[in-house]
Amino acid sequence: MSVEPLIIEGGRIVDPSSNRDEVGDLFLRDGVVSTPFARDKARVIDAKGKVVSPGLVDIHVHFREPGQTHKEDVGSGTRAAAAGGFTTVVCMPNTSPPCDNPATIRYINNAIAENAVVKVHTTGCLTKGMEGDSLAPIGSLKKAGVVAVTDDGRCVQNNALMRQVATYSEMFDLPVMDHCQDTSLTEGSVMHEGDWSLRLGLKGWPAAAEDIIVSRNIILSELTRAHIHMQHVSSAGSVSLLRRAKQRGVAVSGEASPHHISLTDKYLGGYDPVFKMNPPLRSEDHRLALIEGLRDGTLDCIATDHAPHRNYEKDVELDSAPFGITGLETSLPVCLETLHRSSGFSLSEVIDLMTRKPAGLLDLQAGTLSEGADADVTIFDSEKEWTPTIDGFQSRSDNSPWLGQTLRGQVETTIVQGRIVYEDGKIL
Amino acid sequence: MKSEYEWTRRNLIGIENLTPEEVTFILDTAVSFKKTMGRSVKKLPSLRGKVVANLFLEPSTRTRVAFEVAANRLSADVLTVSGSSSSITKGETLRDTAQNIEALKADMIVIRHSAPGSPLYLSQLVDIPVVNAGDGAHEHPTQALLDCFTLREKIGSLEGKKVAILGDILFSRVARSNIWALRKLGAHVTLVGPSTLVPGTFESMGAEVSHDLRSALTDADAVMLLRIQHERQSQMHFPSLGEYTSLFGLNRERTSWLKPEAVIMHPGPLNRGVEIDSDLADSSRSVILDQVTNGIAVRMAVLYLCASADEWQKREAVL
Repeated sequence: MSVEPLIIEGGRIVDPSSNRDEVGDLFLRDGVVSTPFARDKARVIDAKGKVVSPGLVDIHVHFREPGQTHKEDVGSGTRAAAAGGFTTVVCMPNTSPPCDNPATIRYINNAIAENAVVKVHTTGCLTKGMEGDSLAPIGSLKKAGVVAVTDDGRCVQNNALMRQVATYSEMFDLPVMDHCQDTSLTEGSVMHEGDWSLRLGLKGWPAAAEDIIVSRNIILSELTRAHIHMQHVSSAGSVSLLRRAKQRGVAVSGEASPHHISLTDKYLGGYDPVFKMNPPLRSEDHRLALIEGLRDGTLDCIATDHAPHRNYEKDVELDSAPFGITGLETSLPVCLETLHRSSGFSLSEVIDLMTRKPAGLLDLQAGTLSEGADADVTIFDSEKEWTPTIDGFQSRSDNSPWLGQTLRGQVETTIVQGRIVYEDGKIL
Repeated sequence: MKSEYEWTRRNLIGIENLTPEEVTFILDTAVSFKKTMGRSVKKLPSLRGKVVANLFLEPSTRTRVAFEVAANRLSADVLTVSGSSSSITKGETLRDTAQNIEALKADMIVIRHSAPGSPLYLSQLVDIPVVNAGDGAHEHPTQALLDCFTLREKIGSLEGKKVAILGDILFSRVARSNIWALRKLGAHVTLVGPSTLVPGTFESMGAEVSHDLRSALTDADAVMLLRIQHERQSQMHFPSLGEYTSLFGLNRERTSWLKPEAVIMHPGPLNRGVEIDSDLADSSRSVILDQVTNGIAVRMAVLYLCASADEWQKREAVL
């Protein structure tokens, strides 16, 4: 497929995969990053004063297709991704029906082929029906193209079964991604267990519910040599456990979400369901531990856990509201604020956490501006202030705590395989 | 009534956000209303022509009836919607239910709901006053107010007094509201019960936590018992009712640890023989029925004050 050659001129090119942070020009031809070519043969994009980075990568999104397309589908989800600067995403298998068989994966692949504006990879379930009782056909799912397996949204409670999941997946070189939650400790829980839950009279969700499963997974990873990745790590205990496990060389990894590194349980003080998430927003000490985990490499990347719900679904009593927030369209400015401006991370370190590192975890061909790599590029103004609005979102849902808030850092152009898919607030 | 004080709240969502002066003002207002209860004609015209909607989406008898009586005494018309008979059981949202009640031109909503925060949420949906009659394990402000009213009647000012709250603190909205109210009025609050029901984290609310009944009751001016909700706690929080009673049940001997003039309180309903010996519940130390009577005066005060603030604010908005 031929695409117009592009020269991105005069931007600050930040590509952690090649230790590059310099003002210069980037050449894109035939869908890949190219050697320089003549200016008159290409469309020139003026990027002066802007940052030019590899297209962002998110290994944890929910696109709700099939089954709950009133909240999101592959088309709207990838448009949200493009607006947020993401060029590669990995969608979770907790659809309806869940992705526990190759036919469902093929169905989603068709939707991706027809409607996606960015690259989408699929994951398959760990267990049949995500019931946590028996192995899903992981080998067949691998053949259908999944890049990892997970029961995200649920956690296998049976340790013996989890051991078999890890052993079996390792045979196919498929990472196991786990939503770490001991459900015996979280039944009926809606928020972090602490001073705020006590005061608000809401059932608390102890950090120990995550720590116990992270411990279990570390032990099983050591036993089976399988790569187990901890999704949306939220607790200081988990970070500490992962840090020690990595020091021993255990094949574990972890991600942190923009909301867990930027918000705390105090935001539930007004009982607003937009702050109801799984795992829950925790207290300040946990939030700071996550940032330290990202700083020292204990946590490997940022992932949004983009979880769309329609506004009427969240417009209920807190107890009844679904968990989750949308994240793709606000992830970059939130991470720039929390990590770069407030916590001393360099711009390159933030971009690394959102490009090379997540791509590397699942061995995705993405997250780099190396010559010959897919021409996936994000151009953003790191200082531009903007305010997310319902009408401005590309996502079909708007369950975002940043609606109406002023954010700093805005994506201007998103390019996928050399083709501009998002520019100046519009999907092309 | 105290004319120099200006009450400005149109909603009563909880005690936590009230100032000590506001708590005192409600109690003082309730004193005036209690005096009217001794008259042969008990009705006052304060809310004549107003409709108070009692939206009780969780089972309740005492609180619902007390609010009904209070509203009736103020000459309001009362509209009661209960959970089992409402369209909530058909899947209607609280938003829709509330807006329908408002469309029926009710002037106030009193809400009891199992979900913490639902009265606050409701107050953001409607343009009429909302009074919390208990939201999950969060708050039960009028219960705390009537408890403090009763204590003031029986033992005087609460400044420096020692009050023990005994039983299921963890799941109790009554405990939370009482901790806030008692602390605002200067009392020292000790929470006592098994560690599974009285976690140490309650100290963040300014209360002392104890698992030793004797030390908690010794020299206390009052003990507030809470119902052991054994129907929802299964076997997870204490091994058996028998073990609970043997360790934390209030009986004659343990009552002797209290100050001689100390009173025994309970918001009801009682589990006789579990949290309190039956004859003790009926003894002269028990003020349980006084609490019920005072609940009417306190709720009259709350309905009156919130309705007045609403009317005043709406009049100001027009001007």
